[in-house]
Amino acid sequence: MSDLFSKFDPLIQQREDLLSTGLTDPFNLVMEKVESPTVAICNGRRTILLGTYNYMGMTFDPDVVAAGKKALDEYGSGTTGSRVLNGTYAGHKAVEDALKDFYAMDHAMVFSTGYQANLGIISTIAGKDDYIILDIDSHASIYDGCALGNAQIVPFRHNDVEALEKRLKRVPEGAGKLVVLEGVYSMLGDIAPLKEMVAISKANGAMVLVDEAHSMGFIGENGRGVAEAQGIIDDVDFIIGTFSKSVGTVGGFCVSNHPKFEILRLVCRPYVFTASLPPSVVATAATSIRKLMDGADKRAHLWENSKRLHAGLRQLGFQLGTDEPQSAIIAVIMPDLETGAAMWEALLKEGLYVNLARPPATPANMTLLRCSLCAEHSGDQVEEILGMFAAAGRATGCI
Amino acid sequence: MTDRAETEAKIRDLIDPFNKKGVEIDGGTRFAQDLEWDSLTVMDFVASVEDEFDILISMNRAAEIETVDQLVDAVRQLESER
Repeated sequence: MSDLFSKFDPLIQQREDLLSTGLTDPFNLVMEKVESPTVAICNGRRTILLGTYNYMGMTFDPDVVAAGKKALDEYGSGTTGSRVLNGTYAGHKAVEDALKDFYAMDHAMVFSTGYQANLGIISTIAGKDDYIILDIDSHASIYDGCALGNAQIVPFRHNDVEALEKRLKRVPEGAGKLVVLEGVYSMLGDIAPLKEMVAISKANGAMVLVDEAHSMGFIGENGRGVAEAQGIIDDVDFIIGTFSKSVGTVGGFCVSNHPKFEILRLVCRPYVFTASLPPSVVATAATSIRKLMDGADKRAHLWENSKRLHAGLRQLGFQLGTDEPQSAIIAVIMPDLETGAAMWEALLKEGLYVNLARPPATPANMTLLRCSLCAEHSGDQVEEILGMFAAAGRATGCI
Repeated sequence: MTDRAETEAKIRDLIDPFNKKGVEIDGGTRFAQDLEWDSLTVMDFVASVEDEFDILISMNRAAEIETVDQLVDAVRQLESER
């Protein structure tokens, strides 16, 4: 019998080599207690959280928590059903209404996760003879959406407007075209030149889908994302988003003004063939989304945090993913996986949690320490974080 | 329409900058196994071939191409369909 697991041997070996040095496993951390959006207890130690995507700090908002408790009491623990059968409660319609108001769009469709939103929308709207043209650094959920469908998949160089245009012009006459972009790319925290890219896509007859998972609630005047900040949100056909970042719970969605959008509820398999979100989750999401509409002060504070951390890390001598802070993600580039893992562990011992990101999730085989800031990080906490980076960086020889 | 030898010569020129190990190239050379290209290198290389010949090579199509000969045939076919 051939062992189907043999294909994982190189990865098993790499993990064993890394852990045999006595290093804490960076992919097995347990949060024993969570005190707030910015602090948890890990290995018995108080740890500042700097890798949660909890950008707006809504997870402990009293109104959000109260809404969830109320829904749990009134509607029970789960729906046990698909949205198209017994799984649509008043709360599911309410959260879709909140999204329509938040984005000022006609239609909103909620999925059980953000991953499923990309999987479902992309695989359903692009058919066999259609072309999907996507940024090469797209998230796994976008690639998996492409793999689930039957369309022709054409990647272009990251954020390269000219490379996108060339490929659009080479699509055979008459074929359907979907351009897939992200507002913020989560590995390096850089933003896309959406204004140019959306204009070129429209000029070449393509529909445009933008994943704004990492910008919702934070970027743009009303927190609608990079498309809003660059003034072209009305030209975007589909916006994909998630409840698991700024909204502070779990779930995914697509909003659109397409007049035929509602038909997707019947033909989109990752929407139909799965149970809907629990009532408590949609209640917390709806409450959080409505509060994010008035989040201008928190947005301003989050920008301050992002700018301070970026400038401070650069001053300490770390190499960062972007020259200027473009989002609430600051990526610290490590020379290799061993150093990255050692630095990750040194930071954890200092009392700081960041994400260790490594190939194949990262572009150009980079190892990254990815930091995501929260509007609830105080100015003092950001200074404390910089002190921890300084100590860990010197202890591991990174700076 | 160029002849096959010309297409192959152009493709070999495009392989050169990515052939970091200096592997001897012939028609049967396999990109993944012989040149040891990872998926990122493959995507960069495919982009350079697309731009040279002004064609689209979708990921679906690229997945079926293993050798230099297969790439030359695919490029000539895509050029003729244009």
